[in-house]
Amino acid sequence: MTVTMLTNALLVSTAGATEPPVVEPAAADGALSLLWLVIALPALGAAVLLLAGRRSDSWGHLLGTATVAGSFLVSLVSFIALLGRDEGDRSVGQHLWTWFEVGLDGRVFSADLALLYDPLSALFLLLITGVGALIHVYSIGYMALDPRRRRFFGYLNLFIAAMLVLVLSDGYLGLFLGWEGVGLASYLLIGFFQHKPSAAAAAKKAFVVNRVGDVGMVLALALIIATFGTVSFAGISAASSQVGEGTLTAIGFLLLLAACGKSAQVPLQSWLLDAMEGPTPVSALIHAATMVTAGVYLVVRSNFIFENAEIAQTGVVVVGTVTLLWGAVIGCAKDDIKKVLAGSTMSQIGYMMLAAGLGVAGYAYAIFHLLTHGFFKANMFLGAGSVMHGMNDEVDMRRYGALRAAMPITFATFALGYLAIIGFPGFSGFWSKDRIIETALAENWVVGVAALIGAGVTAFYMTRLMLMTFFGEKRWADEVHPHESPKVMTTPLIVLAALSVVGGVLILGNWLKDWLTPVVGKAEPHDLPVPVIVITIAITLVVAVGVALAWFLVGRREVPRTAPTDVSFVTRAARADLYGDAVNEGLFMRPGQRLTRGLGTFDHSVVDGTVRGTAGTFMASSSLFRRMQNGYVRSYALSLLAGALLVMVALLVVTIA
Amino acid sequence: MDVTPFIALSAILFTIGCVGVLTRRNAIVVFMSVELQLNATNLALVTFARMHGNLDGQVAAFFVMVVAAAEVVVGLAIIMTIFRTRRSASVDDASLLKY
Repeated sequence: MTVTMLTNALLVSTAGATEPPVVEPAAADGALSLLWLVIALPALGAAVLLLAGRRSDSWGHLLGTATVAGSFLVSLVSFIALLGRDEGDRSVGQHLWTWFEVGLDGRVFSADLALLYDPLSALFLLLITGVGALIHVYSIGYMALDPRRRRFFGYLNLFIAAMLVLVLSDGYLGLFLGWEGVGLASYLLIGFFQHKPSAAAAAKKAFVVNRVGDVGMVLALALIIATFGTVSFAGISAASSQVGEGTLTAIGFLLLLAACGKSAQVPLQSWLLDAMEGPTPVSALIHAATMVTAGVYLVVRSNFIFENAEIAQTGVVVVGTVTLLWGAVIGCAKDDIKKVLAGSTMSQIGYMMLAAGLGVAGYAYAIFHLLTHGFFKANMFLGAGSVMHGMNDEVDMRRYGALRAAMPITFATFALGYLAIIGFPGFSGFWSKDRIIETALAENWVVGVAALIGAGVTAFYMTRLMLMTFFGEKRWADEVHPHESPKVMTTPLIVLAALSVVGGVLILGNWLKDWLTPVVGKAEPHDLPVPVIVITIAITLVVAVGVALAWFLVGRREVPRTAPTDVSFVTRAARADLYGDAVNEGLFMRPGQRLTRGLGTFDHSVVDGTVRGTAGTFMASSSLFRRMQNGYVRSYALSLLAGALLVMVALLVVTIA
Repeated sequence: MDVTPFIALSAILFTIGCVGVLTRRNAIVVFMSVELQLNATNLALVTFARMHGNLDGQVAAFFVMVVAAAEVVVGLAIIMTIFRTRRSASVDDASLLKY
């Protein structure tokens, strides 16, 4: 009763939303028939680099970069070809091969590997291959001194190929294939510095936590096959309105669980901060720009399920809202520059999830923020990598300070990314985050206010990061000589910084909304309680307060070189990732360990005890009987005689009776 | 014809043989006791053959003799070999084949 009321109170209104569109993809022709190359190129690169071994050490990084760049070119050509098509005709399918066919309830269930190229996947293709290519270029410089650079590029190519399978697949089965592929690549790359126990542990943690989400994915897949008899998006979206809401809600929540795991959303958020053990380009590519946004992609792609399952949609909003505050609070207390950015990533993905959960009104903004975030967060992660590169791999911001003179290009590009993420008017983040907060306010003011507060906290921790890294007194050790990174690293920074600034053009004239309409449906204009300009000013004011707060708390004071310990409870909690690990350990790990230990004891004492006891009984009795074989012929003769007498007596008894 | 004395003699001889096998340690004596048992059996066979008036029992007795002859050859050879290797003809000394 109470639960129902609560759900109703939280339920986000989607009244007036149109039914999700049903588009049967047309066959690929012309330039689009080369679509398979997008995946094939990086896959080939990964195969060559990982199989050829040390022979490819000298040119491996070049091949790895070239394949992704080639992939980007194909994506670009495909995108232009798609632009040239009519709006209703922008869904293109390419059937590769039939994976397997099985009988299912008298029908044939055919698992086809087919590509779906539509406005949504087109944007992802550009983001993945574009940002991916830039990060490949950057990695040439960043990993130059690493003897295992070739292997690194092999893994990166593997990741790109898997991620492209994820976003290009025309159904959940192929999506799942890519889903697991990026999980594997993420595991390999987080643990790339495998000689460090912390990196190996972080990789394992990411893998295990993702496995929890993957259980949701597998169950959702099973439920989808059982309900619809098909896994293709087109088939499911055509049939989704005829399926009961209970089933769709179940599928929705299972998909949400999967999205939580991959996108590091509460309650499966704990792995992302540890994942920063990986090389910084990995953090930029996988744990900021692309892979962690796969959960958002999944929700947006599954709009035909969530549109008919309001409770699951509300779940998405709740998860997004909680995570955007969660990540932001963690970001405020961390001193490790990469962990601040990781908390920020978590928080920004929370924004996307929130938008995706708002339904038709929010899908386009979720994707918009995903793209702009892909630009500015990759930019800042690579900037952080550039700082670390010049500071002997130091990550503690308390050992930075006054770096703006030593590395001007890094500083300038980082500053542009910073302005974008806090939502400085005119920068890309300003447009995308404002739209999300606006839509949230229009749909449900609680969520909207939470998103607004999140924007202020974001401004606070990002300003803190900027001040501690680039401003103030120099706090680095004498043997550290900060220097600007080589051109091969700064060029991608400049390109990404430019994209961070101008990324907002995508929404000019609502282009992105119209572009995505064939996939997610047309949003009705929402009515805000106050004019848009008031909200924009309010957001900007909140951001300004966050910046000012950071200036008063961090910028004006001297930053201690070691973290102060006499801090408030909130800071301690945020430093400990808001006790996410403690909760997991107390709630799952320890009881699990106790259970397994108990089962082990049970197996050892009861199961093995029974077996060993049986064997022991027979051993004891056999050793008793064994004594009869004493080797004395005369005793054998006696038993012979006794036996013969016994037979005789028995015969006598039988004869007489 | 009264077979009782023959059967009684056969039983007495067989019992002597049994006691010999069970109580004596010298392999040769044990062997002789076994022969005594065989001959007691032969006597019983021949007696019953006479009683029934056919040759079945006598044929069986011949079989026993032939087998006993063969057995003596092999048995004595074994006893000889054991005596040579172990310097003893006691059946209790040859007790290696056990648990």
